[in-house]
Amino acid sequence: MADIPDNLKFLESHEWAREEADGSVTVGISDHAQGLLGDIVFVELPEVGSEVNKQDDVAVVESVKAASDVYTPLSGEVLEVNEMLADKPEVINSSPYEDGWFFKIKPNNIEELSELLDNEAYQELSED
Amino acid sequence: MKKTYLNEFHANNGGQMVDFAGWEMPVNYGSQISEHKEVRENVGIFDVSHMAVFDFAGSRQVEFLEHLLPNDVNKILGSTRALYSPLLNDKGMILDDLIVYHLGDENFRIISNCGTREQNNAWFKKVALNFDVAVDFKEEASIIALQGPKAKHYLGEMFDVDLEPFHIQTHDGVMIARTGYTGEVGFEIICNAARGLELWDYFIDKGIKPVGLAARDTLRLEAGFNLYGSDMTIENHPYESNLGWTIDMSNDVRDFIGKSALLDLQSDSKKLVGFHTDARGVLRAGTEIYFDGGTGIVTSGTWSPTFGKNIGLCRVDSNYPDTGNAKLRDKEINLHFCETNFLKYLK
Repeated sequence: MADIPDNLKFLESHEWAREEADGSVTVGISDHAQGLLGDIVFVELPEVGSEVNKQDDVAVVESVKAASDVYTPLSGEVLEVNEMLADKPEVINSSPYEDGWFFKIKPNNIEELSELLDNEAYQELSED
Repeated sequence: MKKTYLNEFHANNGGQMVDFAGWEMPVNYGSQISEHKEVRENVGIFDVSHMAVFDFAGSRQVEFLEHLLPNDVNKILGSTRALYSPLLNDKGMILDDLIVYHLGDENFRIISNCGTREQNNAWFKKVALNFDVAVDFKEEASIIALQGPKAKHYLGEMFDVDLEPFHIQTHDGVMIARTGYTGEVGFEIICNAARGLELWDYFIDKGIKPVGLAARDTLRLEAGFNLYGSDMTIENHPYESNLGWTIDMSNDVRDFIGKSALLDLQSDSKKLVGFHTDARGVLRAGTEIYFDGGTGIVTSGTWSPTFGKNIGLCRVDSNYPDTGNAKLRDKEINLHFCETNFLKYLK
């Protein structure tokens, strides 16, 4: 079980958001989520340049077991996607908070970050 | 939930426990893909003690089984060996699939699926009444599967056995069968729980990795083996389930349950075949398939660790061409129909 880094915010649906120094926000799924999914084999990522709204389903993560929608924690423009996931989706399982990031957004309403769950609140929810 | 005697081991060794047909079983021990690869490249060990073991007694077991099963047990009387057969009702529809073992001296054992244990127990007892055969449902039996290229090596260190495929040997109350559900050389070991625990611990100490039910499913699908409840159910007959080869009609005089129904039905309107796709996704059970002049449905679908793509089994109209289409999320994708044994076909 990876330790949850303490600079992350979460959606109840297990996505995490990390604000970067340049104001962009990186998004991925939690260690708890990757454990529930099992071995991941495919990822579908949003188009770079597309506009997304908070809680839109913007990506898909598929494990051997099942496919699952991934929701964006914030609204904004998709700046970059993690190309490595096309060939090595398993990195989401082994490094959900670092190498297994999904996409980066340029947020258009940074207030939305404070609406997300903090580390403790997310842990409580997911430990149920 | 019911538990096998190895439940504590699974829970203490990383087993992700789930409810499988009312039994608490390990779906994986961390990574189903690593476990799958371990079996293909090396060796793995499975606890399948949730499956049902039935022993029979009485002098008319051969007659009983000749009537009970569409495959002919006379094939295995010459030696101690196993035979695969579906179990049919009088409409020729499939109640289960199973393996019957000739233990010697016309004494037999059957191992069938877990989900159908109570159904089978009642069914065998009912049919056996007509032949004065006693049915002993061995609910506390241990069944351990050792599968993979190194299985023979590890088994050989413990037992002096040399078995041809599907042959069995009994050593000291332990039945060893060269059978399996993975497509690899392997063995299934049946004994009581105490001995089973000793054997399990012995093999684990040798460094053999335990393998969960998720890998068991991807392994069997790559080998093209049916799963009762998915690829065939009580709504299906053998000819549309890739089981025509198990129906032995060569003896006119032998009447088995379902025989007359099979002789009457439309045997060739649908077929169970394999499919694979290069699309970036997994077509799963229930997905509709369509092609020029017909349709079909996916009965089992998964991602194959050996071939790195979606494979599965599907029941399609018999006039199926080389390729078909299906919807993967919102996209229409192309799939290829093929033989069910992917290990042979996609090599």
